[in-house]
Amino acid sequence: MPANTRQIRRRIRSVKSTAQITKAMEMVAASKMRRAQSMVLASRPYSEKMDELLGHLAAAVGGFEAPHPLLQRREPRKIGLLVITADRGLCGGLNSNTIRAAANFILDQQKPMKIVAVGKKGRDWLIRRGQNVVAEFTQMSDVPSLIDTTPMSHILIDEYVNAEIDEAYIVYSQFVSTLVQRPLIKRLLPVEPAKVSGPNTEYIYEPDVSGVLGQLLPRFVEVEVYQAILEGIASFQSAQMVAMRNATENANELIGDLTLSYNRARQASITTEISEIVSGAEALA
Amino acid sequence: MAKIRIEVITGERVVYAEDADIVVAPGVVGELGILPQHAPLLTALQPGELLVRKGNEEIAMAVSGGFMEVRPDKVIVLADTAERAEDIDLARAQAAKQRAEQRIEEQRDRVDLTRAEAALQRSVARLKVVEKRRKRQR
Repeated sequence: MPANTRQIRRRIRSVKSTAQITKAMEMVAASKMRRAQSMVLASRPYSEKMDELLGHLAAAVGGFEAPHPLLQRREPRKIGLLVITADRGLCGGLNSNTIRAAANFILDQQKPMKIVAVGKKGRDWLIRRGQNVVAEFTQMSDVPSLIDTTPMSHILIDEYVNAEIDEAYIVYSQFVSTLVQRPLIKRLLPVEPAKVSGPNTEYIYEPDVSGVLGQLLPRFVEVEVYQAILEGIASFQSAQMVAMRNATENANELIGDLTLSYNRARQASITTEISEIVSGAEALA
Repeated sequence: MAKIRIEVITGERVVYAEDADIVVAPGVVGELGILPQHAPLLTALQPGELLVRKGNEEIAMAVSGGFMEVRPDKVIVLADTAERAEDIDLARAQAAKQRAEQRIEEQRDRVDLTRAEAALQRSVARLKVVEKRRKRQR
């Protein structure tokens, strides 16, 4: 058989094995995605209640000048930024979208930054660009608990309390649906309590307002970060599943095309062979 | 008798949400028993046992700190962690207690000490809940 058909056959074999790999990755991502999505949903009630509680509390302490360091506003001169990306790629434009949002933010601010990077992709990019990365967290579990994420929030809280930074923001990919993930920038510090509507309930506080507030505020920040991490994981698994599904589909299409040209080439070579034999026989006759 | 809605929520999931007769919680300034129509209250919690009574049924949970918001018809517990008594891993809690005690004895520096003490409190709370449940079953 001529070289051409052999080449095509080799090509088909290689595309087939690629399709097998992407199919497997798609299935792994799909099962992880389901778990990640349910974790995001399960963690929402807590942060909603927390929001509500903080709103009540803030209304109650509204009269105070500076009720707690984490509520204190300062002229923003130095800024802390928590960038949450995935450790791995092969997930379409997810990481680059998040990184682009972070980069635009850094450009817009034009202020000294202290950056905490979560995830290899974001960290590598930031370091390559010579940004001031003060801490990094990689190799995160797919199913983190709140305790796994507290070190990230505490770096920012400590820096804020020590006036090393005057504001803190968080950049992550918000999980909207399996097909839609949106990069989001949110201010973390100073904490801005939600406005409460309706009549204000008078609470009894134990031990007292500032005591409760002092415990609630850091926890509030921790939960915001935890939520963002979960959203990031759910986004990554969804984006990877979709990207791998597309890759598998493309590979299968390519296999179809290649099979067609393989058959054509094979047929052409057979036809040539037959006509050679026929003309050879005619010459003898 | 009037009922009170109790919701126990952690950062990871909703642990418990039902109507009950009374809730006993470990507040930072002491145990609190909450009956329906309680005045609005907001308190921090310390590691300990959270008890919910509902008819003849008694549900024990170990919480390791958090917050509790009480409204006349509703109690919301935002716990750092919360486990039903039957979900607690006894061996793990005991191991954690030993580890914490050992660390307190070594007393390296202030930060470690506070952390170890907090860990000790948590594990003691878990063990207490488990032991109480065992006694009741016998």
